[in-house]
Amino acid sequence: MLRLENCLIENGGFQLRADLTIARGSRVAVIGPSGAGKSTLIEAVAGFRPLRRGAMFWNETALAQIEPGKRPVAMLFQDGNLFPHLTVAQNVGLGIRANLHLDVAKRAQVQAALVRVGLQDMADRRPAALSGGQQSRVALARVLVQGRDLLLLDEPFAALGPALKAEMLDLVGELVAESGATLLMVSHDPNDARRIADQVVLVAEGQAHPPMDTASLLDNPPPALKAYLG
Amino acid sequence: MKYLVLAAGLLSTTAANADVPELTVYTYDSFVSDWGPGPAVEAAFEKICGCDLKLVGAGDGAALLARIRLEGARSDADVVLGLDTSLTAAAKASGLFADHTVEADYSLPLTWTDKTFVPYDWGYFSFVHNADAPAPANFKALAASDVKIIIQDPRSSTPGLGLLLWVKAAYGDEAPAIWADLSDNIVTVTKGWSEAYGLFLEGEADMVLSYTTSPAYHLIAEEDASKAAALFDEGHYLQIEVAGKLAASDQPELADQFLDFMVSEAFQSIIPTTNWMYPAVTPAAGLPAGFETLVQPGISLLLSEDEAASLRDVALDEWLTALSQ
Amino acid sequence: MADCAQPVSPRLGIGAAIVVAALILGTLAAVALRAEPGRGLGSSDWAALRFTLIQACLSAGLSVALAIPVARALARRRFVGRRLLISLLGAPFILPVIVAILGLLTVFGRAGWFSSGLALLGLEPVQIYGLHGVVLAHVFFNLPLATRLVLQGWQEIPAERFRLAAQLGADARAMRQLLEFPMLKRIVPGALAVVFAICLSSFAVALTLGGGPRATTIELAIYQAFRFDFDLGRAALLSGLQLVLTGAAALVAVRVSAGEGFGTGLDRPLQRWDGSTAGARIVDGLWIVLAAGFLLLPLSAIVLAGLPGMLTLTAAVWWAALNSILVAALSTVLLLLLALPMATAVALGRGGVIELAGILGLAASPLVIGTGLFIVIYPIADPFSLALPVTALVNAVMALPFALRILVPRARAVVGRYGRLALSLDMRGGAFVWRVLLPRMRPQIGFAAGLAAALSMGDLGVIALFADPEFATLPLQVYRLMGAYRMETAAAAALLLLALSMAAFWILDRGGRWHAEA
Repeated sequence: MLRLENCLIENGGFQLRADLTIARGSRVAVIGPSGAGKSTLIEAVAGFRPLRRGAMFWNETALAQIEPGKRPVAMLFQDGNLFPHLTVAQNVGLGIRANLHLDVAKRAQVQAALVRVGLQDMADRRPAALSGGQQSRVALARVLVQGRDLLLLDEPFAALGPALKAEMLDLVGELVAESGATLLMVSHDPNDARRIADQVVLVAEGQAHPPMDTASLLDNPPPALKAYLG
Repeated sequence: MKYLVLAAGLLSTTAANADVPELTVYTYDSFVSDWGPGPAVEAAFEKICGCDLKLVGAGDGAALLARIRLEGARSDADVVLGLDTSLTAAAKASGLFADHTVEADYSLPLTWTDKTFVPYDWGYFSFVHNADAPAPANFKALAASDVKIIIQDPRSSTPGLGLLLWVKAAYGDEAPAIWADLSDNIVTVTKGWSEAYGLFLEGEADMVLSYTTSPAYHLIAEEDASKAAALFDEGHYLQIEVAGKLAASDQPELADQFLDFMVSEAFQSIIPTTNWMYPAVTPAAGLPAGFETLVQPGISLLLSEDEAASLRDVALDEWLTALSQ
Repeated sequence: MADCAQPVSPRLGIGAAIVVAALILGTLAAVALRAEPGRGLGSSDWAALRFTLIQACLSAGLSVALAIPVARALARRRFVGRRLLISLLGAPFILPVIVAILGLLTVFGRAGWFSSGLALLGLEPVQIYGLHGVVLAHVFFNLPLATRLVLQGWQEIPAERFRLAAQLGADARAMRQLLEFPMLKRIVPGALAVVFAICLSSFAVALTLGGGPRATTIELAIYQAFRFDFDLGRAALLSGLQLVLTGAAALVAVRVSAGEGFGTGLDRPLQRWDGSTAGARIVDGLWIVLAAGFLLLPLSAIVLAGLPGMLTLTAAVWWAALNSILVAALSTVLLLLLALPMATAVALGRGGVIELAGILGLAASPLVIGTGLFIVIYPIADPFSLALPVTALVNAVMALPFALRILVPRARAVVGRYGRLALSLDMRGGAFVWRVLLPRMRPQIGFAAGLAAALSMGDLGVIALFADPEFATLPLQVYRLMGAYRMETAAAAALLLLALSMAAFWILDRGGRWHAEA
């Protein structure tokens, strides 16, 4: 369970308030107008934005003082999720040990993750030799080996075409279903939310609202969301 | 750093044999170079001394003195070789040098009486030019002509300082006027002798400040008689190069032996065709063939070391003033 | 706090900056403390200061002013040999001073090619000696450097901006206002400061081309204080003055510009839509030909002078070449050990003081550093046994300012782009350095290492006070050969030196880019 208690998150001159709880295993889309603070919210959860006030918990663990890499969080950014000079297998291996000293068992784990995302034959290639969709799969394979409780997506598939993006979201859906991880994903497309998320956090006017059921929210949007959806 | 020191140690090929005493001689860089007298001198002395002669090059004469003053009495040096009479006053004033016991039949143009320093070679400063071009007969004729010259800066070069003292010795209070008249003949002033001579050979000027012995190099080593030294009738300034023993030497006997060796046949016969200067004691076989073609100044000019020391700063100011107009 | 989290600590870099500052300022202090009461600064020293400032300002201004059109032409033209030309442009910068002077005068001297050409037309020879000669020589040395700095600025303008400007129908003038002026405003101050600092410590070039003692610079005054007057206090004072001037220039530049570097990526001509007119082609072509001629003619003179003597090179020269390679290799390693942590620390936002420490190497008088080190080391160790490491270290510090300008922008980009990803993967310290930072910076490391190796090779290197009699470097042998009247062999040795420097640069620079992923 992810709990944000009375949080005030700062990003430059901009402030975002959040007081909400996300149940374990749920899939939550974060939507709202541009510049409303969607990314700010998940960056705070990942540990890249300080809390000005309030507290944040994963289950009973306070997160505020924990460094980003030590949090129970795996995150994919808008871009730059792979190191171009490392092979596919190395990029995935980073999710197990950052210094890439992997024993046989761990290498097998990397291979298994590549099989799971359908890239078993690409292990020795560099990212530049892969298509955009394949690059996303590498990043997801790494998420898989990281085995964290919380998966944060900051629109990593935004540059993909609609069909490919849908395919990736479905894969994400399958992966979190298998692992039981909690998903928190930024999106500006309500269709993405409908496709994968059972709940939605609306971020608007400096406030991250508590999660609501996806279908009912999108079908009967409050004024702020209505203005955004048009 | 440990590894670096180790690496440096491995690279150093000096065999420090503990049984053989070591004599350290500081000298100017061109003396120790493979084309200078150093290698032959080292071989000849080691044959007779039962010691290891270590020649250390340290810039030029003035840098050598600065080096010794920096090191002071702690210096490893036993002998300093390569000062000239414009530096000996300051060298003596440092109190770092001991008197010598050398006696020799010098072939210098003057009587040598110095108790601290022993001369090993000498030469006259002179302007070198292409033999087929006419040369002026003195500074005044030079100044009146449109002959272009390259000289060295007295602040950074031994010949440069020599020229300063030459004009001062020849003209005294008239020196500033001579410099003022010369200023339009001076193409440029270089940091050292090598730059000046290189520019002269490139054809940048008609004459370059060097030595009366310079044509001997071209004649003997290159069989090229195209260079000549201009004979000036007001006389030529002498450069006498000397060596001295350091008072704090831990090898005083060896140092004395070296100074004796320095005025001996073995050392003196090396000098003419490696240092391209006149030996302080003419070898029994005489000077190498070719030296007889060199011009012989009628008048030798030399300020005493005390005069040189006291006039140096005045002469430099006059020079700077005249050439900075 | 989590917001301060960085994938790597700046501590090493701060340590390296302290080492550099200690070396430069500590040696200065050592000289000052050793001084006996001297006569302080006299009127001739102030005249030297004035001349130094005038020539440095003019040289920097002209070098950068000429670099702008040359860099623009190189940025928007693609032609056979472009890459080779850009590599060769680096050559004047790494030549030993005496060699460069002779090369320059073979072309521009009273009896040079240029004057001979004029004589054929019945014209007077060019008068090279004077302030304009000093400036000409400094432009020869620094135009390539300034060109690389400005060229980098051009290449950093994203291609999309040019596309947008073209789509908006911007003409050449609008293009300048929209894209080029803002870029130049960012790049030019830094370029001016670097060239200014280099010219500040000029000595032999200024004296020789300046035509006499009118062209006395501070560095010559330091030399005089040391060897003519043995006035260590004045030498230290003058050296301090030089450091203050350089520091001030650096501070102004850092404040005005954003500390941009000259990185790599010079092989990629920008696709632009503004330079396609016939007029622009001709102007660009002219600039490239003029710059190439100005820089390459003296180099050709050096090559032509050196070729006849190549067979006269003796074993002593080859040994010296080996020593120079050794010094260059060690110096390059030391440089990287200093520059990489410093660049990283700057990238992490610890700029200011570290960059200042880095640029001081430009202004430090080698004579004062050498003397200071000697005073410090002499009581505890044999200076001869330290000849190699001391020479390598001093060369590394002298190359540091250039290395930082190459490395810092790239380190910033890598930390900016991959810092968070690394943090989210709990990848820190050594893992980040070895797996991300160094591999991502490889082309820049190769470029910086190449420049350092070449500079170190060409530097006179062995500071006289540390001259191990058995350990002569190639530049020193060049001087010794000249001192022994062997001008032809000296010219050949200089050519060998030029070839070695260029080869060292080429191998390291190419090596850095070999198989380097985008």
